[in-house]
Amino acid sequence: MSAVTSDSPSFGRRLAGFGRTLISPRGAVFLLLIVLLVAITVLNPSFAEPGQFIRFVQRVAPVAIVAIGQYFVIVGGEFDLSMGSVVTAQVVIAGNLIGQDESKSIPVLLFMLAFGAFIGLVNGLIVTLLKVPSFIVTLGMMLALLGATLYWTGGAATGNPADGFRQIGRGGIRDIPVIEILPWSVVILVVILLVAIWFARRPFGRTIIALGDNPTAASYSGARSWWVKTSTFIISSLSATVAGVLLVGYAGVHPSVGRGYEFTAITAVVLGGVVLGGGRGWVVAAAAGAFALEALFTLLNFAGVPSTYRDAVQGFIIILAVAYAATTFRARRRGSALETSAGAQAEPKEPDAAAASARPAPIPSTQRADNETKGGS
Amino acid sequence: MRRRFTVASAMVGALALMTMAGCTTDPNVGSPTDASAPAAEEEEVEWFDQELFDKQDAERGVTPEGPEGQPWLQHINAEMVDTSQYASAGAKKACFANASISNPWRQTGWITMNQQLQVLQEAGAISEMETRDAQDSDDTQIADIDYFINEGNCDVFIISPNSTAAMTPAVERACDTGKPVVVFDRGVQTDCPVTFIHPIGGFAWGIDTAEFLIDNLDEGSKVVALRILPGVDVLEQRWAAAEKLFDEAGIEAVDYFTGADPTEIKKIISDELAKGDVHGVWMDAGDGAVAAIEAFEDAGVDYPVMTGEDEMSFLRKWEETGLTGLAPVYSNFQWRTPLLAAQMIFAGQEIPKEWVLPQSPITEDERAEFLAANEGMPDGHYAKFGGEDLPGYPQVWQDRVIP
Repeated sequence: MSAVTSDSPSFGRRLAGFGRTLISPRGAVFLLLIVLLVAITVLNPSFAEPGQFIRFVQRVAPVAIVAIGQYFVIVGGEFDLSMGSVVTAQVVIAGNLIGQDESKSIPVLLFMLAFGAFIGLVNGLIVTLLKVPSFIVTLGMMLALLGATLYWTGGAATGNPADGFRQIGRGGIRDIPVIEILPWSVVILVVILLVAIWFARRPFGRTIIALGDNPTAASYSGARSWWVKTSTFIISSLSATVAGVLLVGYAGVHPSVGRGYEFTAITAVVLGGVVLGGGRGWVVAAAAGAFALEALFTLLNFAGVPSTYRDAVQGFIIILAVAYAATTFRARRRGSALETSAGAQAEPKEPDAAAASARPAPIPSTQRADNETKGGS
Repeated sequence: MRRRFTVASAMVGALALMTMAGCTTDPNVGSPTDASAPAAEEEEVEWFDQELFDKQDAERGVTPEGPEGQPWLQHINAEMVDTSQYASAGAKKACFANASISNPWRQTGWITMNQQLQVLQEAGAISEMETRDAQDSDDTQIADIDYFINEGNCDVFIISPNSTAAMTPAVERACDTGKPVVVFDRGVQTDCPVTFIHPIGGFAWGIDTAEFLIDNLDEGSKVVALRILPGVDVLEQRWAAAEKLFDEAGIEAVDYFTGADPTEIKKIISDELAKGDVHGVWMDAGDGAVAAIEAFEDAGVDYPVMTGEDEMSFLRKWEETGLTGLAPVYSNFQWRTPLLAAQMIFAGQEIPKEWVLPQSPITEDERAEFLAANEGMPDGHYAKFGGEDLPGYPQVWQDRVIP
């Protein structure tokens, strides 16, 4: 966004630039989000009240955090399908290990983080060292974790953990003017988003994107690709762990909590204009994708769409939105650049990525891409 | 490279579809073995059945016959059948085709059933019970039943059907072996089993709960109905009855499918509260009731009038909050009856053809009694589980180790 303002000094041009960004793929998700939020507010004006709105943000926080984690994996050229199961497993671990004993909260929380990191590490190492496609590895991990959870619980709810632990997802800082309560979830989401933006701009974060764009080029440029990729899986599992902690507070323990989160996250990321297969995308847009998805759900609630075909309506709108993003992408690739200024490091790389796939000979393309990657970071 | 991405995207898409399809528990889905039912079912999606509604409405008022204090052996308006053709001495092998143990209600019943089995094994009536769990899949259960028929070496088939239409042919095949068949919980569309055991039913649940909400709310009040999933007859009938009564009484009711996911429940209630006042909450099963109540707490509004279930989590939260509520019961003690019926069949005793077990809700006045009787039980336990006289009580249910 900052790039847009820098090359359009006058207010009129700035506005036009902003408009262009909104209809461009990178901005489409924000446009969708604005449309959805306006539609919700029209249907139910009280939604725009600060107190109500912050509750909405609280509720989206776990999904958005999962989407942020998934962003790093997808932009690095892989998938993490195990996120939903990690959420479920963490929710059940919290419920069973903490129980009503509040003093266990901290040790169990640490254990959960370690467990999350371990799952990510296993996923990452199998993908990078054993060269198994991430789709299969994480699918296997998803089933394995789900199976273990079902075995442990028998598929039914156990008791909720102590209320103190649940405050992380349920409570917040009270007695704040205007918004009444600032939920901890919102604080955590903001912190994670800021860290993610910072991290994505660091050399390490850029290496992830380069790796997703052209792994050969990235490895020639000296990136330790196995470690970079593995770390994206650790990030995603950790974000799923945080989401699990928030969800256990928000809603409680049930083996169905977290079910389908991996697909919600992938949809959110794609909706945010991140390209499946890696190399392009913006982490904020991925988070915005999560917000758009949840806003859609809320809109359907407010519009009173009958429960029987709610899913169909939801799916249809998602297809339309993703199709829109895909079409604008293609238009851009053909040369009719809607977005002239976005992502200086990502833009010139595109023809090389296409060229790399078209030509099997690695040497000419890698040399060029190598230079671009260095220039970007 | 490009192609790899396309393939990967297609795989994600396909998997998403599979997951979504797997989530539906509509009996019409995934029952390829059933050739005759789909045509009839496609045009008839109406779950309301006036005749059945009236029958169950009447049964609610009937005093059940049978031994005092043993509701699992009581029956309502029974037509007895002779079973002397099956009479035979010695311990028998029971084969149990179970739909699933994927919700706390089924888990509680399953534990109780295993304790009942112990008693019958010690009494020398049943030698062993071989169980196959279909994990909510029609296809798996059909295969399970066929396995029992062909290789199970069974003396009696006990079947808790996953869905009604799809399981009918398999149950008929089991009947064709000439061995006794006992069906319980959800029904099948054939009367070939020796007995079909079930509590009064979904319409009775719907009538009990809707009448309670109507009595405690004014006309024009708003009720949010939280439903687990579509397409399961016992659940659809609960809502069909309640929806009709709400409609007649001028109660504004909106229904949602939640999959018993507390996150969904909380979102739905929060949205409804953002829209306007919610005066009542109706549930077709108590799983997730606590999340619904918490949504009211978090929004800082008055508790609704609410119907949950006799699950301990709801009973405890109900007492703690003091809200106006009712705990309808889908009698969990029915899990004891099938094995006892098998024992009676081999003894040649008369049993009811359709064994309707009593089913009465827990009211606020009775709540304390049930809370005290089930103290120390986990949240997923059901108050009317009916296993107090079985070996292992209360430890087995408190530990809740799934057999």
